[in-house]
Amino acid sequence: MAGVARDATAAAPSEREDGTAAYPAPPGARGGDHGREGRDERERERRRRWHRRDLRWSPYAFVAPFFLFFAVFGLFPLLYTGWASLHRVELTSPDDMEWVGLGNFSRLLRDDFFWNALQNTVTIGLLSTVPQLLIALGIAQLLNYRLRGSMFFRVAVLTPYATSVAAATLVFVLLFGRDHGMINWGLGLAGFDAVDWQNGTWTSQLAVSTIVVWRWTGYNALIYLAAMQSIPHELYESAALDGASRRQQFLHVTLPSLRPTILFTCVVSTIGATQLFGEPLLFNGGAGATGGSDHQFQTLGLYLYEQGWVNLHLGRASAIAWSMFLILLIIGAVNWLVARRLRRSS
Amino acid sequence: MTSETRGTRTRRGAGTRRGAGLQRHAGRITYAVLALFAAGSLFPLLWTAIAASRNTTRLAQTPPPFWFGGNLVRNLRIAWTDANMGTALFNTVLVAGTVAAGTVLFSTLAGFAFAKLRFRFKSLLLLLVIGTMMVPPQLGVVPLYMLIAELSWTDRLQAVVLPTLVSAFGVFFMRQYLVQALPTELIEAARVDGASSWRVVWHVVFPAARPAMAVLGMLTFVLAWNDFFWPIIALTQNGSPTVQVALTGLGRGYIPDQSVIMAGALLGTLPLLLAFVIFGKHIVGGIMTGAVKG
Repeated sequence: MAGVARDATAAAPSEREDGTAAYPAPPGARGGDHGREGRDERERERRRRWHRRDLRWSPYAFVAPFFLFFAVFGLFPLLYTGWASLHRVELTSPDDMEWVGLGNFSRLLRDDFFWNALQNTVTIGLLSTVPQLLIALGIAQLLNYRLRGSMFFRVAVLTPYATSVAAATLVFVLLFGRDHGMINWGLGLAGFDAVDWQNGTWTSQLAVSTIVVWRWTGYNALIYLAAMQSIPHELYESAALDGASRRQQFLHVTLPSLRPTILFTCVVSTIGATQLFGEPLLFNGGAGATGGSDHQFQTLGLYLYEQGWVNLHLGRASAIAWSMFLILLIIGAVNWLVARRLRRSS
Repeated sequence: MTSETRGTRTRRGAGTRRGAGLQRHAGRITYAVLALFAAGSLFPLLWTAIAASRNTTRLAQTPPPFWFGGNLVRNLRIAWTDANMGTALFNTVLVAGTVAAGTVLFSTLAGFAFAKLRFRFKSLLLLLVIGTMMVPPQLGVVPLYMLIAELSWTDRLQAVVLPTLVSAFGVFFMRQYLVQALPTELIEAARVDGASSWRVVWHVVFPAARPAMAVLGMLTFVLAWNDFFWPIIALTQNGSPTVQVALTGLGRGYIPDQSVIMAGALLGTLPLLLAFVIFGKHIVGGIMTGAVKG
């Protein structure tokens, strides 16, 4: 697909080459001076017109592929989700849509599993995002020192990012195993009882959050590191002249300069946390999309999947998707307010 | 612009030589903490390999194994054939490669237009691109599935390639890069020589954009390789799975042998890890430049 498109762009210039090659005036021997000038004039005019047209329309041609694909596979599904959420649609016959108005939504409001999933999403979101960003900030601060083998450390902290949700969760399921997992073994050495990570509410949510923290902390650390390195050095110098200690420098120079970046990572992590799906799905082993025997770690993303592709109710799944969209809008609004406030105060 | 950057760099360099500010040499504690964190980052991957080299009985004993056993080849072979990991790896290379190539191409074209060309509705469209970045595709998954089912594309690779072939982040990333890296005079000079827009793209934009294209390509490849939610819905374990679909099948009890499951996880991760060993420096650089601009 992309190969074809690339060939097309490659072919276009050479075609143009042939086209322009034909433009230079033909030998004058054929006609009188007068006719030749007229022909030149016409050709120049044609070239100018073509050039104008090219200038005018090619920008649209350049942005067209993006917006075309976005319209078909991005915007249309998003809007149609709203439409589908007002219908009873079953996976078995997606063409059969029966109007139910706000029925799917009022059902959700009365649905304990929905509120449970919402609560779990928030809890796991906090348990994963807050430690993740705090640790990332600390690691970035350390990576910002002059280090031997700094590239090794940077690549090493980024390797979890290369590990897929599926591979990471499968390993952590074993590490968090109740009877023979390494984590319980370590706790046992330290004198603690074995923890049933999967079946407890808090423990399972903590375990799922751990997977998220493991995968994303290094990535966020590198983002903070990049932002730290772009802080003008004079700021530290003048702070040092004023007698600021390292800690004060971190609090009064580094953190304020990082504010936009911190806000950015907060938004990205929150969006990720809202959609959390793969970790809770696979942490349940072979037991399906319930998010534990008691739905104790079922997230909204997982509940959407269960309603749509296990219980085959696409209309209800759409209603869940729209409620997630609403949550994201609220997050976006809060973010916008915070960003505006920050800009005013600085 | 260039001289300004150079100026900052020299000043920063001078600062480090004086040892003032934050660019201090790391102490022992710093090294210890970083080494611990790096070990924590690497250990689960190492242990995946250890577990993949054992058998399922050994994994159900305490203490867990800390060193390699002799079953690696056997487990890899079972995962490769029985769990469809061979097909899955081939499919994933195909999908991630196509998605990366498409994203890079379309993002460069659109990014160039947004960075350097003038056209109507430009700022409005750019705003739409930025707004799109914040909306996760997961929310449109029901209609997307209905669309794919309508086209009879379920369990076919185009079902996961086409919806991810363009990326708003990519467009924005390329735009931010080209605004700085592509001198407008260069385009004007080419235009004065009578070059068409496509010629400008081919001979001026692509060469200037090459470093950012490489970075975007690598990042997109990693993301496409690890894409999870939509492939789980669109593809099946026994049809044409990607690596993530095959691994999910393993995790949900398709083959109830823990060491084979770990062998599958290893197979699905190893190609990207190798890429990280080879291109790690560039990927790190890419994430860091993307962060500063984004």
